Amino acid sequence: MALYSDKVMDHFRNPRNVGIIEDADGVGEAGNPVCGDIMKIYLKIADDTVADVKFETFGCGSAIASSSMATELIKGKPVSEAMSLTNKAVAEALDGLPAYKMHCSVLAEEAIKAAVRDYYDRHGISYDPALFREHIHCAHEADEKSSS
Amino acid sequence: MIYADNAATTKMSRKAVEAMLPYMTEQYGNPSSLYSFGQKAKEALEDARERVARCLGCDKGEITFTSGGSESDNQAIRTAAHLGARKNKKHIISTAFEHHAVLHTLDRLKTEGFEITLLDVNKNGIVTARQVEEAIREDTCLVTVMYANNEIGTIQPIEEIARICHEKNVIFHTDAVQAAGHLPISVHDQGIDMLSLSAHKFHGPKGVGALYVKRGIPLEGLILGGAQEKGKRAGTENLASIAGMAAALEESCANMASAAPRIAALRDRIIEGLDRIPYGELNGDRDRRLPGNVSFCFEGIEGESLLLLLDDKGICASSGSACTSGSLDPSHVLLAIGRPHEVAHGSLRLTIGEETTAEEAGTIVRAVTETVTYLRNMSPFWRDLNTGKRKHVFAE
Repeated sequence: MALYSDKVMDHFRNPRNVGIIEDADGVGEAGNPVCGDIMKIYLKIADDTVADVKFETFGCGSAIASSSMATELIKGKPVSEAMSLTNKAVAEALDGLPAYKMHCSVLAEEAIKAAVRDYYDRHGISYDPALFREHIHCAHEADEKSSS
Repeated sequence: MIYADNAATTKMSRKAVEAMLPYMTEQYGNPSSLYSFGQKAKEALEDARERVARCLGCDKGEITFTSGGSESDNQAIRTAAHLGARKNKKHIISTAFEHHAVLHTLDRLKTEGFEITLLDVNKNGIVTARQVEEAIREDTCLVTVMYANNEIGTIQPIEEIARICHEKNVIFHTDAVQAAGHLPISVHDQGIDMLSLSAHKFHGPKGVGALYVKRGIPLEGLILGGAQEKGKRAGTENLASIAGMAAALEESCANMASAAPRIAALRDRIIEGLDRIPYGELNGDRDRRLPGNVSFCFEGIEGESLLLLLDDKGICASSGSACTSGSLDPSHVLLAIGRPHEVAHGSLRLTIGEETTAEEAGTIVRAVTETVTYLRNMSPFWRDLNTGKRKHVFAE
């Protein structure tokens, strides 16, 4: 059996929405270099809808595929829908990820949420901070947070 | 396909395959059987032992056949440890960048009350005899240092370390899995007490290896049962594979003088090509390395995605990134030579061999250069390095 599904390989080989948006309304990042993956999401919002989305990713095949799929899932959707995107939905849309790669889909969810939060902050839109609880994925991240 | 992962395994040589066939077809007798059909198999077994011994510069009585490098390492280390324990010597010296077959055996011995000193490796990936000398204590029973490292290819000062061990009356074992068949080895001349090797690293079959143990060191059996291998390794001998290993080792040793310089020249061409990629660096000493080993770290990218894209271009390579090891941390070897985590994730190992051509070497350099650039262009980490938000580790 191959390591990844055909869908994962397709999104890895031909990632959708790669790049940056210079005048983004919200930018969010998740992960860190010590753990070996970082995802960055750029959002352009119009009429409370994700008019455009781009991503940059440093990471493994499933990290790149997860970011690509996540951007596809929220493009053209209301911001509220982007906010409710779960990592499970990303993994399912990719026809599954190996168990030890599930955290890649978590990063995609979090990068999108961080970008939406940034959008809310920049535009003075109030929100419930409980929606954006910080997660710690690995020991390195915990170290970095405790030392900073 | 361009196969550049010879440190993982090698293609079997024609001669090795041919040497195996009779024992998988007509000559299927059991070497332990009394009748002449079995005794013929026994002769073939002893002939293979003689030939392996000759390649290593030892006597045939000093060679035990095993299932491979891992078993040989386990058996050698446990033997020396338990011999030491009888004299109340329960201290073992090794290095931080050994293969896991060594490190995990040492971990197990720790639970049996042994004390383990793992020597640091310098940034070039070498341990010195001086370090070994300073670490040896009254109660040291074993020093085990790999001949050449499997990830970064660096060759250790084996003779000097052996000399120190003998002066201090300590057993010296070396994991020579990456060296056997690729570097000249003469265990008696070099003062090596125990040496592990694995056939599939030098164009022999998988699942077979050998352990050299100097006469006078009583080997401890790990697998108990029949009287095969003088009772030190029970189980009907894997005769076809043993014959294949002997043929492969003889062939590799006979070809070494002509093959090694040619492979090393291609290696150097690849190293020079990849050195042109900015913010990348060769892992391990430039000169004291295996003829076929190229190992680099590139900033701003992750190794698994690099391997997958190289695979799409038909190139088989390997990496020490966490994602390829299935663990949280990148390779312990790269961390041991001081590579920071974020750089170790961006590692690439290419191990070429006898069949690699100059054209393939050129294709590898172009493909790696293109792929690194492509991945960097979509990496926010790379962006941060370029905008100064994060600091570069390497010079341009």
